[in-house]
Amino acid sequence: MEIRILGPGCPRCHEVEKRTRNALAELKVAADVQKVTDFGKIAEYRIYATPGLVINGKVKCSGRIPSQDEIGAWIQEEKQS
Amino acid sequence: MKERKTFLVLLAVFVAAYFIPFSRLTVQNALLEAFLMVQEYARQHVLLCLIPAFFIAGAISVFIRKESIIKLLGPKANKTLAYGIASVSGTILAVCSCTVLPLFLGIYTRGAGIGPATAFLYSGPAINILAIILTAKVLGFKIGLARAVGAISFAVIIGLLMQLFFGKADEKNRSPNDFVSHVDVKEARPLWKTALYFAAMIGILVFINWTKADPSLKAWSFIYRIKWPLGGALLIVLAWMLFRWFRKEELKEWTFSTWVFAKQIFPLLLAGVFVAGFLLGRPGHEGLIPSEWIAKFVGGNSLGANLFASVAGAFMYFATLTEVPILQGLLGSGMGQGPALALLLAGPALSLPSMLVLRSVMGTKKALTYILLVIVMATITGIFFGAFF
Repeated sequence: MEIRILGPGCPRCHEVEKRTRNALAELKVAADVQKVTDFGKIAEYRIYATPGLVINGKVKCSGRIPSQDEIGAWIQEEKQS
Repeated sequence: MKERKTFLVLLAVFVAAYFIPFSRLTVQNALLEAFLMVQEYARQHVLLCLIPAFFIAGAISVFIRKESIIKLLGPKANKTLAYGIASVSGTILAVCSCTVLPLFLGIYTRGAGIGPATAFLYSGPAINILAIILTAKVLGFKIGLARAVGAISFAVIIGLLMQLFFGKADEKNRSPNDFVSHVDVKEARPLWKTALYFAAMIGILVFINWTKADPSLKAWSFIYRIKWPLGGALLIVLAWMLFRWFRKEELKEWTFSTWVFAKQIFPLLLAGVFVAGFLLGRPGHEGLIPSEWIAKFVGGNSLGANLFASVAGAFMYFATLTEVPILQGLLGSGMGQGPALALLLAGPALSLPSMLVLRSVMGTKKALTYILLVIVMATITGIFFGAFF
């Protein structure tokens, strides 16, 4: 599974990363988690606000910090498909 | 990399300890001023003003759906409306300055185009809600209002000019794709509940900070006399709303994002207050920099003073909100009202680092035009404001 966290590196983006890693650990799912900090690259995902969370190329949420449960649900959704 | 940073910090502390002439009276006095200024903020601004403001900022970032605002800045947006929205939405969208650039790029390349995008780029950092609240509280209502009004009208004018200069040539670079819309969550409660919740918080902030005024203004002094019961009553109403209308996780998210803001902004602000106190002193007192210098460069309301203030502001980097204590120090040392407003209008929107980033995203020509527009307009507005107040 490929997970991208979009954001220039403010505390809100770090929080999304932390929650994502926690969710992965809880579900025991392995994933390639990377942060995207370049503005041009962030813009390519066509989100309007950071932080953004992208799982397998699909933008799951942007402009807010999702809860760990939400992230967990998205991970399972992607795992099944 | 990290080791080198630690080394440089240690080196800086050592050099400072070695060379600063602590035995000189002026330096001792300046240090005292620094601590007194920190105390003044702690006593007068933190509990009643900053903390409620952080809660409001946190609430904005959790409970306001940004999708609905951004939709109004899409490619098919009504142009007039787009400028209006872009110029005021900074209050709500850009409480954290790191969100401004991605948003700008988005609006520029696939939204309403360069005009509204620049309007947003300018207004975002200049009128975020925390900055306006603290400006009005510390520097006075008049300059706070002038800052808000000035920033909004600047945003529109600069946006329109950029559209005029570059709009035509830009059309072909634009991507036809709209933003990804994923309405993944339904509104948790009707809009009027959210509105009342924000109204209650803003009411608390306004009333507990109500200041004494001329006794001839009957209504004003009446509110001053009952400000505590009024604020307390609103607090009870707010608690009731929180208890009845919000889920527990939502409240957790709210406190969490409030904490994120506080953690991000508060240490820098205190450091800014300390440095401003050290260099400039509290109003009526002198810090390390002699007041005559300040008065010479940015005193009065001449073209030179206003220009100097806006150019210096444009290049200097202000961490969120630190422009307020710095200006307080400058005003106390004899800076004119006009140059102060010029600095407020040019300062937070631009800094040397942000200029470099801007250049890389929009090209040298556009970035330079934008920077010049900001500086020139800040100077002119400063002169006008200084002439009247």
